[in-house]
Amino acid sequence: MKFSRRKFLVGTGVVGGGLLLGFSLGGDEPVPQIVAGSFQPNAWLQITPDGRVVFQLDKAEMGQGVYTGLTTLMGEGLDYDPARIQVEMAGVHSAYNNPAMRMQVTGGSTSLTTAWTPLQEAGATARAMLMAAAAEQWQVPVSELNTDDGVIVHSASGRRIGYAEVAESAKSIEAPQLVPPVANAPKWIGKSLPRFDTPAKTDGTAIFGVDVALPGMKTAVVVRCPHFGGRVRAFDAEEAEQQAGVLKIFPIHNGIAVVADGYWQARQAAGKLKVEWDKGPLAGLSSAKIRKNQEQALDNGETTVDALDEGDAEGVLAQAADGRVVEAKYAAPFLHHSTMEPQNCTALVTGDRCELWAPSQAPGFVQALAAQYGGFDRDKVTVHTTLMGGGFGRRAMTDFAGEAAAIARQMPGVPIKLIWSREDDMRHDFYRPSTLHRLRAVVNEDGQIGAWRHRLVSASITKGMAVTLVDSYLPKWLPEAMARGIGRFAGNTTANMDSAMAEGAEIPYAVDNRKVDVALYDPGIPLGFWRSVGHSHNAFVVESFMDELAHAAGEDPVDFRLRYLQGHPRHQRVLKAAAEAANWGDPLPGRIQGVAVHESFSSYAAQVVELSKGANGYVIERVVCAVDCGQIANPDIVTEQVESAIIYGLGAALKPALTVEDGRVVQSNFHDLPVLRIDETPEIQVVLVDSKEHPTGIGEIALPPIAPALGNALFKASGQRQRELPFQLTV
Amino acid sequence: MSTLKLNGEPLTLPDDVDPSTPLLWVVRERLGLTGSKFGCGQGLCGACTMHVDGQAVRTCILPVGQVVGKSVVTIEGLGGDHPVQQAWRQIDVPQCGYCQSGQIMSAAALLAANPNPSNDDINRAMAGNICRCGSYPRIRRAIHQAAASISTGVQTFDPATGEG
Repeated sequence: MKFSRRKFLVGTGVVGGGLLLGFSLGGDEPVPQIVAGSFQPNAWLQITPDGRVVFQLDKAEMGQGVYTGLTTLMGEGLDYDPARIQVEMAGVHSAYNNPAMRMQVTGGSTSLTTAWTPLQEAGATARAMLMAAAAEQWQVPVSELNTDDGVIVHSASGRRIGYAEVAESAKSIEAPQLVPPVANAPKWIGKSLPRFDTPAKTDGTAIFGVDVALPGMKTAVVVRCPHFGGRVRAFDAEEAEQQAGVLKIFPIHNGIAVVADGYWQARQAAGKLKVEWDKGPLAGLSSAKIRKNQEQALDNGETTVDALDEGDAEGVLAQAADGRVVEAKYAAPFLHHSTMEPQNCTALVTGDRCELWAPSQAPGFVQALAAQYGGFDRDKVTVHTTLMGGGFGRRAMTDFAGEAAAIARQMPGVPIKLIWSREDDMRHDFYRPSTLHRLRAVVNEDGQIGAWRHRLVSASITKGMAVTLVDSYLPKWLPEAMARGIGRFAGNTTANMDSAMAEGAEIPYAVDNRKVDVALYDPGIPLGFWRSVGHSHNAFVVESFMDELAHAAGEDPVDFRLRYLQGHPRHQRVLKAAAEAANWGDPLPGRIQGVAVHESFSSYAAQVVELSKGANGYVIERVVCAVDCGQIANPDIVTEQVESAIIYGLGAALKPALTVEDGRVVQSNFHDLPVLRIDETPEIQVVLVDSKEHPTGIGEIALPPIAPALGNALFKASGQRQRELPFQLTV
Repeated sequence: MSTLKLNGEPLTLPDDVDPSTPLLWVVRERLGLTGSKFGCGQGLCGACTMHVDGQAVRTCILPVGQVVGKSVVTIEGLGGDHPVQQAWRQIDVPQCGYCQSGQIMSAAALLAANPNPSNDDINRAMAGNICRCGSYPRIRRAIHQAAASISTGVQTFDPATGEG
């Protein structure tokens, strides 16, 4: 049975609660995955007739811990041990839209911060309704009741009744007009509960997208043009079709699909395909050419957008005395995501319907792209979100869903699992943009920064994203929602300005005259959100340059920063905490330290990197990181995310970058595009700064400071300032 | 007849399995054991690691024909309460979890050969297993913890058979 909206409202009296909780049921669409007869006080929670408490997790679990963290919020509000709550990945519904983006997307470090209040209140409202039902049943005032982990208690009479036993009668209880307060002393929030998803991830039973199994399922691979934007001119499948296990070979919108009994057979057959490619519009484009164009854009700046303009930076620079101007040029390369689980998606077409199982950060995009490329009505597309082997922003783009639907469309009734190879994954990513930066500052004789001027060359990520999604979203979303909603930069996305390009370049430092602008240059390489997005390169640049200014002023880098962080107490606190924990200025013998501090996603992180000099270059011995992300739902998961972001960022700061030749990515697998391994991983020490502030992002915030902290340590050690990533440890 | 031992049980490969097919795909697709993962297809990332006669082996490039007559153990055959798995749970090692079957199999093989590994030993044995979530510091801790629990005699385990 499916609830119509009317039945849903009548059946649960959710109107008041719904409005108060700020979720809308989005027209007449039923909330997916609801068990018939359940008590369902809101879109996230149901108590089924057989007594299960089920939480619809509307965020993707990609390692960052929402499976545990968000369930803990619900359990806290409901007063029900979160470890006993059954977690299901939510289907697609507007009730599950991310309030920060108005789309059902997991990203931008928004999950905990946006769910903190609504989920606790949703649980608390449900608890109040269950208590009201028990009060009615026992004929006692609800004020005499309390709860104890899933049980309603009437202390006066000693009566106790489980939530499930009153769930049926709670359906007719009107939701309270005011959200009941959540307990002052949390039972589960703030404790390091073991992750609920850990057991299945240690015994092989966790089901990721690539593990989905359906009766009669076949495997597909797609041979895509290696040149971005290229197309198939002609192909010869004769030999490939004769390979064992091959069922069908046919063209789809972006390549040639090979469907076989299993992956190995499909892959072997794909290798026998003879394809003539039209290399498309980027033929001839190379990393060297991109750099040359970036240099031109940096110098000429024909299309620039201001990100920040206070005082008169240009004027102060023009009038600066000889020798008082510090100038530097920085560069950051394209970066690949390389989630451990290569992209994949399973699709089954039955009649005019398409059902998909997708490891994705954006089930709404899965639905949209499947509808577009498979030729289905969107309301005929059902999406199941699976566990996923890493996201890091890659899985916010759902190109794989369009491919899977297009293939399954050609083979109705046959479940098709599309699996990308690692080579596909590295060569058809949506990359972190490559950027080039020029910074100029005036450091006066008294050590004061007189002006700060930063120009960066970048392409817009959201502009490219809009192109990818525009067809599917045009009818329903554009123009209003596109401007407002694409990406997490609500209200700030136009054709040219994408706030992600300059985010993190708005320095917190008290400098009266400062200007940041972006010179737009788009080489046409597909771009996407890469963990911490614009912060990933801008923090590198501004925190490295700040270090240059500290040295120019002859001042200690921590003291120098603190002097300019008046009015930014949270920056100061993390910086002091990291410096103290690292014994800044007085390291162990043979250790050399570098520091950086950066705010991103409304949280704060400061890091001290410690190097030693080894036989084959510098060795990264230790990273000390202090973070302030407001109140913490689960300290151990926060610590884990800090470790994670540091290691992800360290790999990007150290490992050879991808290169482009003839409009294609040269590298293909972990041998030529290596990532950080355990033997290169330093000791990591995490300091969580106490805070009563509203929770803010944690999945990305420890990434931005790692490159500058490392670069600053390398400068201290070697006297050479490395201004282009990746770093060399052998200077 | 092509027989081998899988997780302690004798297994006869179906006739239609091409012996050049990598062991990983036979185990995942024909036998339905999906705990071992596909990550790179080139033996570079370790997500597909299984034990073959007790050795940690990358099975995405190991033709199934080469394990005939041998004993293969997958994550499913490790038992669930292997000291490495216990340590992994106690320290909450996994994040996304995708690489962890391979990490655990490599760690179990390491401890079978070297019950008290140093950090350098761990580096050498585990450098072939990539984790993009950065669980490396916890992997290191969990291996030391598992080593400690084994040395106190809490558990014994034979990785060649998958039996305690």
